[in-house]
Amino acid sequence: MFYSPVRTNAAEVAQSEKLHLFRFVEDPEQVKIDIYETHGGYKAWKKALTSMKPAEIIDEIKKSGLRGRGGAGFPAGMKWSFIPKDSPKPRYLICNADESEPGTCKDRVLMERDPHAVIEGMAIAAFAIGCHRMFIYIRGEFNHSIDRMQAAVKEAYEKGHLGKNVYGSGYDLDMVVHSGGGAYICGEETALLNSLEGERGMSRIRPPFPAIEGLYACPTIVNNVETLASVPHVINHGADWYKTLGTEKSPGSKIFSLSGHVKQPGNYEVELGFNLKKLIYDPAYGGGIRGDKKVKGVIPGGSSTPFLTADMLDVSLDYESLAEAGSMLGSGAVIVFHEDTCIVWVILKLIHFYRHESCGKCTPCREGTGWLEQIIRRIEQGKGKPGDVELIEDVCGNILGRTICPLGDAAVMPIQSAIKNWRDEWQYHIDNKKCLVKTGFEFK
Amino acid sequence: MILNDNSKARIRERVGLYPRHKSAILPALTIAYHQVGHLNDEVYKEIAKIIKVPYVEVAEAATFYTMFPKEPVGKYLIQVCHNISCALLGADSLVEYLEQKLDIKKGETTKDNLFTLVTVECLGSCATAPMMQINQDYYENLTREKVDRILEELRVKG
Ligand SMILES: Cc1cc2nc3c(=O)[nH]c(=O)nc-3n(C[C@H](O)[C@H](O)[C@H](O)COP(=O)(O)O)c2cc1C
Ligand code: SF4
Ligand code: FES
Repeated sequence: MFYSPVRTNAAEVAQSEKLHLFRFVEDPEQVKIDIYETHGGYKAWKKALTSMKPAEIIDEIKKSGLRGRGGAGFPAGMKWSFIPKDSPKPRYLICNADESEPGTCKDRVLMERDPHAVIEGMAIAAFAIGCHRMFIYIRGEFNHSIDRMQAAVKEAYEKGHLGKNVYGSGYDLDMVVHSGGGAYICGEETALLNSLEGERGMSRIRPPFPAIEGLYACPTIVNNVETLASVPHVINHGADWYKTLGTEKSPGSKIFSLSGHVKQPGNYEVELGFNLKKLIYDPAYGGGIRGDKKVKGVIPGGSSTPFLTADMLDVSLDYESLAEAGSMLGSGAVIVFHEDTCIVWVILKLIHFYRHESCGKCTPCREGTGWLEQIIRRIEQGKGKPGDVELIEDVCGNILGRTICPLGDAAVMPIQSAIKNWRDEWQYHIDNKKCLVKTGFEFK
Repeated sequence: MILNDNSKARIRERVGLYPRHKSAILPALTIAYHQVGHLNDEVYKEIAKIIKVPYVEVAEAATFYTMFPKEPVGKYLIQVCHNISCALLGADSLVEYLEQKLDIKKGETTKDNLFTLVTVECLGSCATAPMMQINQDYYENLTREKVDRILEELRVKG
């Protein structure tokens, strides 16, 4: 019925008074603009454009406490307020749909099953910052998302939600669906800007920040798909309503992509502050671990975030609690692995990825990720040498905090965390030239 | 001329959407890739002409993105995600299974030029692992049975 068979908790969301992002994602008709409108769609955009001032919109989003869902968790309203008020240059809004942090597969569902929600959120954000041409940068492999978004944009023009003089307000707004090159680094906002300009997708040195000098050196806001899809709900129901969801410091709801060794992987919208153990074990979500094995570790926020060990599962999924637990909420991609998983093997998968995706602009990341992959590969293959763990730590120390963009840190943090939590297992692998637990996952 | 009229028209259409022509490079490469199946110098030159940017700028951008094969590949390019979420559910054994079924190694093309098998990084389909992309399409929640069926269908289609 749907292009992607991914599991969601739409039924539960539809029952809830408050959850909203996934309310209609199991309705195959939702992609059609008439149905979207019947479900209350484009009301928020009309309200924002015809009855609110840009500053009022920004204030409302600020007050709602909505934070960026792309990884860094930066407050959305505050980011929008950094756009210079007096600049004569055009302003741009870019929706970041590069979705390539391993474990993350939530933006795709929104684009494929509720594309108008993304357009509506973008339109409101664009108006708030004074942008007349907005872009969505979708990773090139997401052909179906690209088609869906393009079809939805066409409908939105036909119905007068986009184009010249929207709703007779005198405001013109155009939207471009841009297909990217499938590179992880192009999700990093400054690399995305270069990529969208037709350059190689390499990160830029900050400052200047994109809000001051972004696309074509003009003031630019980059926001994640989920962040923008949340915006219409804040405008419709108000910041005070939004804050009744989630926790005091992490308001709202969030989609968690649950993957790995759970019985029911899927995308689940829950309030921030939801219990991780419940997400993994409750029959409405993950349903427990395959083969009823024990959890060994969890990556809570996408492959760049430090591990949680089995004794730490009773944690709230919100920005503060995960930081306290020594990790991060990141993109909300919860990757679970059980007791039969060799930690060196996990890390080899990850470092291979970061080495491949490093844009090569700065030496510590370009060279460091290469060395790390070599050392970790030899340990994994049973050819590790005494002192290799210390060598890895040393290389990590020379990358962390010394790179132009956060990809370098992202590569290092899971490794440091894996050594800290499972040091004995690394040592066993080197001393005995084999895994402590045999990893050999068969597909069915 | 490699690019057909349809591709050229679609590329021209893209150019008009951006404040600067150069932004159309990546969408143009994608259009060309979908038509040709891979990219090469000839394609870069044709794109450069349509977009009106120097050839070297197109080549420079294209070579950054590993999503585009730079050599001819089989009619069906099978890209298996081998990243963590897929690997936890058997992506490595999926690759082995495909190697057996197609009688090639990863990175190779079958003798009849029908299939090329490669591994790629996370494709944003982690909760429906293991998965693979064949040309423009995703195949998710893979099992041996499903893989057999997919390959059979493609073989019949030729
Ligand atoms: C290596 C790297 C990859 C990233 N990939 C993505 C991505 O795919 N999607 C995304 O929204 N943000 C990604 N980000 C974060 C963006 O740089 C940026 O913070 C985000 O798009 C801002 O949107 P938000 O404030 O709404 O979260 C990435 C960051 C880094 C360092
Ligand atoms: S940290 Fe890595 S990805 Fe980021 S700019 Fe440096 S080399 Fe490029
Ligand atoms: S890890 Fe395979 S699609 Fe994300």
